[in-house]
Amino acid sequence: MTMKYEACIGLETHVMQKTRTKMFCGCKHEYGAEPNTNVCPVCLGYPGAMPVMNAKAIELICKAGLLLGCEINPHSKWDRKNYFYPDMAKNYQITQADEPICIGGEVPVEVNGEMKTFTLERIHQEENAAKNTHVSGASLIDYNRAGTALMEIVSNPCMHSADDAFAYIHTIKLIMEYGGISNCDMEKGQMRSDVNISVRPVGQEKLGEKVEIKNMNSPSFIVEAINYEVGRQIELIESGGEVVQETRGYDPDRGETFTQRTKENAHDYRYFPEPDLMPVEVSAEQISKWKSELPELPVQRRERYVETLGLPEYDAKILTAEKATSDFFDAACEKTKQYKLLSNYLMGKVASLVTETGIALVDSKLTANALAQVADLAGGAISSTAANDLIEILFNEGGDPKALVEEKGMAQVSDDSALEQWADEAIAGNAKAVADYKAGNGASINALMGSVMKASRGKANPPAVIAMLKQKLDG
Amino acid sequence: MLNTKTISELSAMLEQGDCTSVEIVTDVLAAIDARDGQVGAYLTIDRDSALAAAKEADEKRAAGSKGDLLGVPIAIKDLLNVKGQPCTCASKILDGYTAPYDATVIAKLREAGAILLGRVNMDEFAMGSSTESSALGKTTNPWNADRVPGGSSGGSAACVAADEAVAALGSDTGGSIRQPAAFCGCVGLKPTYGMVSRYGLTAFASSLDQIGPLTKTVKDSAILLEAIAGHDEKDSTSINTDLPMFGKNLTDDHGLAGMKLGLPKEYFVDGMDPEVEKAVRDAVEHCKNLGAEIVDVSLPNSKYAIAVYYIIATAEASANLARFDGIRYGMRLDGKNPIELYGKTRAAGFGPEVKRRIILGTYVLSSGYYDAYYLRAQKVRTLIRNDFIDAFKQCDAILAPVTPTPAYKIGEKSDDPLKMYLDDILTTPVNLAGNCGLSVPCGFSSDGLPIGLQIIGDFFQEASILKVGHAYEQTTDWHRQRPVFKNLTNSSDVTGQRV
Repeated sequence: MTMKYEACIGLETHVMQKTRTKMFCGCKHEYGAEPNTNVCPVCLGYPGAMPVMNAKAIELICKAGLLLGCEINPHSKWDRKNYFYPDMAKNYQITQADEPICIGGEVPVEVNGEMKTFTLERIHQEENAAKNTHVSGASLIDYNRAGTALMEIVSNPCMHSADDAFAYIHTIKLIMEYGGISNCDMEKGQMRSDVNISVRPVGQEKLGEKVEIKNMNSPSFIVEAINYEVGRQIELIESGGEVVQETRGYDPDRGETFTQRTKENAHDYRYFPEPDLMPVEVSAEQISKWKSELPELPVQRRERYVETLGLPEYDAKILTAEKATSDFFDAACEKTKQYKLLSNYLMGKVASLVTETGIALVDSKLTANALAQVADLAGGAISSTAANDLIEILFNEGGDPKALVEEKGMAQVSDDSALEQWADEAIAGNAKAVADYKAGNGASINALMGSVMKASRGKANPPAVIAMLKQKLDG
Repeated sequence: MLNTKTISELSAMLEQGDCTSVEIVTDVLAAIDARDGQVGAYLTIDRDSALAAAKEADEKRAAGSKGDLLGVPIAIKDLLNVKGQPCTCASKILDGYTAPYDATVIAKLREAGAILLGRVNMDEFAMGSSTESSALGKTTNPWNADRVPGGSSGGSAACVAADEAVAALGSDTGGSIRQPAAFCGCVGLKPTYGMVSRYGLTAFASSLDQIGPLTKTVKDSAILLEAIAGHDEKDSTSINTDLPMFGKNLTDDHGLAGMKLGLPKEYFVDGMDPEVEKAVRDAVEHCKNLGAEIVDVSLPNSKYAIAVYYIIATAEASANLARFDGIRYGMRLDGKNPIELYGKTRAAGFGPEVKRRIILGTYVLSSGYYDAYYLRAQKVRTLIRNDFIDAFKQCDAILAPVTPTPAYKIGEKSDDPLKMYLDDILTTPVNLAGNCGLSVPCGFSSDGLPIGLQIIGDFFQEASILKVGHAYEQTTDWHRQRPVFKNLTNSSDVTGQRV
């Protein structure tokens, strides 16, 4: 089927911004508060109440726009989107229809190892709806979420597979987290997407009739829904049918999409300019100030790790996959120049400790400062085995690395008299290895080395041991 | 008879110790008891809290507090939210609603020590020009009980004209302060859009609505404007600038030398009552005699104002009134699902004029009609505004009639909405342009009905129109005329008449 048809997929991704208060009133924005406790006449749509724009939200959406390569519109405006539903107290939503605050944009995304660029149409600011819960015989409305700041990132229909969409969502999420725009916690509904899907014969320029699947927060459901819907549309066309423009839902239990609203029944939102708010003016000075405050993105961090810190590409990718890990690494790099060792620890011992214990790095007792000290100690004072043991202690119990090395007797031994004794014992006890070495098999020295390490319980300094053994055998 | 006094007279008497606030409120309440059976201005009277507030004001004054409004009772149009009080908008749909907060103008009045006397009648959601669309009661013109008081701030104008209040607050979306002021023979001021915070004013048409005073004199309007004007962080459309002392700036110098007053020929429309035209032209002549230079100006696009107004105002209203759905407050009729609940509640809660405007507004915003109606109306609105900008290059203020006729009979136009809409032809252009406008009494018809002179000002030039209005008023005595009530009973057959 990929020979004949091409899917065109666009996403409208809603992201709840990390603001202290709501978009148009001073009510607190917090998750999990008692229902209807963070409410006021404005977000409850009481008579006479008027919206006032949250300046922090505007800063965050503009920064999001700058991070996603958008142009910041110096003059954008507000509109009312009219529809009756109990989740919208005023029965209209304040949003931006034809003059959004961020225009265009492009997002470099790695899809299965291949770099692609997906383009954006716009990002606009709006207010969130309340949360409806349906119980038997009644519907309950919690207006705590009503009026919180919500931005909508609208991509062009430039993706062609579920993998594209999955990677795009992951990238957007990462950028929003790195940028401090949103926590993008999907379970808390902080990131949800509507997916537009159409198919067309390969080579045809005109887009096919599109179907919209609304309000999905799970990336794996989005993948399932796209795969199902693309298959459904192709099958429909091949069997002589036509795709009709409609809104469909996705039923994860059955793995199918289903009709929710056809075009004939589509809402007429009757957009018109919001008379209660002034247009948003953003000056060039303001934009350059926000630009200068932008944090580094994962892609930029990867580049820095490779080019400035000399890490392999592989390490850079693993370290930046989660912002918390990357931040931890950066903090540790402030304290030591042993970048590769730090990277090895984070990808190796630390990662396995996180898996074993189920404790996230940031929740463990290990600090970036302590890990940096371990890396410095491993440069000579302790062996790599001891370093791993030390990390485990620090991860579980915390403490001062140097004091622990002292206390647990982990210091590496380079002292000649101690090494000489272990070397003599090893030579005496491994006649075959000694003979092989003398016969020209240089690698046989490793057996002797292992014996010394065993005798020293890992504390002997390997380069010093090699030197000592060579001196005795070659001399 | 302290209820017949003006704000400036009462504040002087209070300051001199010649009367107390409790005495003023007592006299006003007595007038309400005697006359409101006929006039029907009040929807609710906050008798006990008004007397308690008056007592408090007297104590404050005794302790050294001052202020023109300290201890002066003011009536409030029932679309302004007053914390703990109903706010019905003269509609059944807000039955049971209690305002949880103070409108900014109410907070400012409280701050100034004014007494909130009660809430007065209006057209339902301010939609109307006669107060006949109120779902909660009939208000009559104090000069003739067979006549309408005008609207939508009919209760505000009637209570001031009948001396049932010292002053009142109203709101003006298309003439709703100036027209009832003209019909009832009092002074009404529609401030420039953005001059007074709209926070807490139940919105009809947000880009047109302004709160303003209805008073017995121009000076009182200036005093009240000064108390309520200014920037409010809760209303993003309110202006952030220093404002003049409107009240104190009005002096005893009643000359208008050096002022240019514009006369727009388009505002003496076909079908205008000759008595109205004569009264207004006489007023123009009077201003000329006071030293003003009269210049001809043209406002050619004002003739489209009614069409433009009924598109923009209804479009905004269709969204503004969507919140009255029975879910969170007010009337609710249950249904099997939300849509049925909305339908039943709104069908029962809104009156016919409100429904007509919601339907009209919904229509003009609908897909396929937006460009032809809403968008085009906005473009013509700009033309109307540009006319005023051009006119104010030639003059300091514009003189015009407020209405084509004096107050008409109750029921005369209520069956013909279009006829009633057309009466707003001389006031709606000012709202569409955003300018300020003042209505001042300038005569009486042969039937003894008041006639109003409209003084229109440039953006935020309230000081100019107040100056012209004050000079005109202080050199004429139309504003001193009061309707006479034959006997002070609740009997409904009494009819007010001119002395």
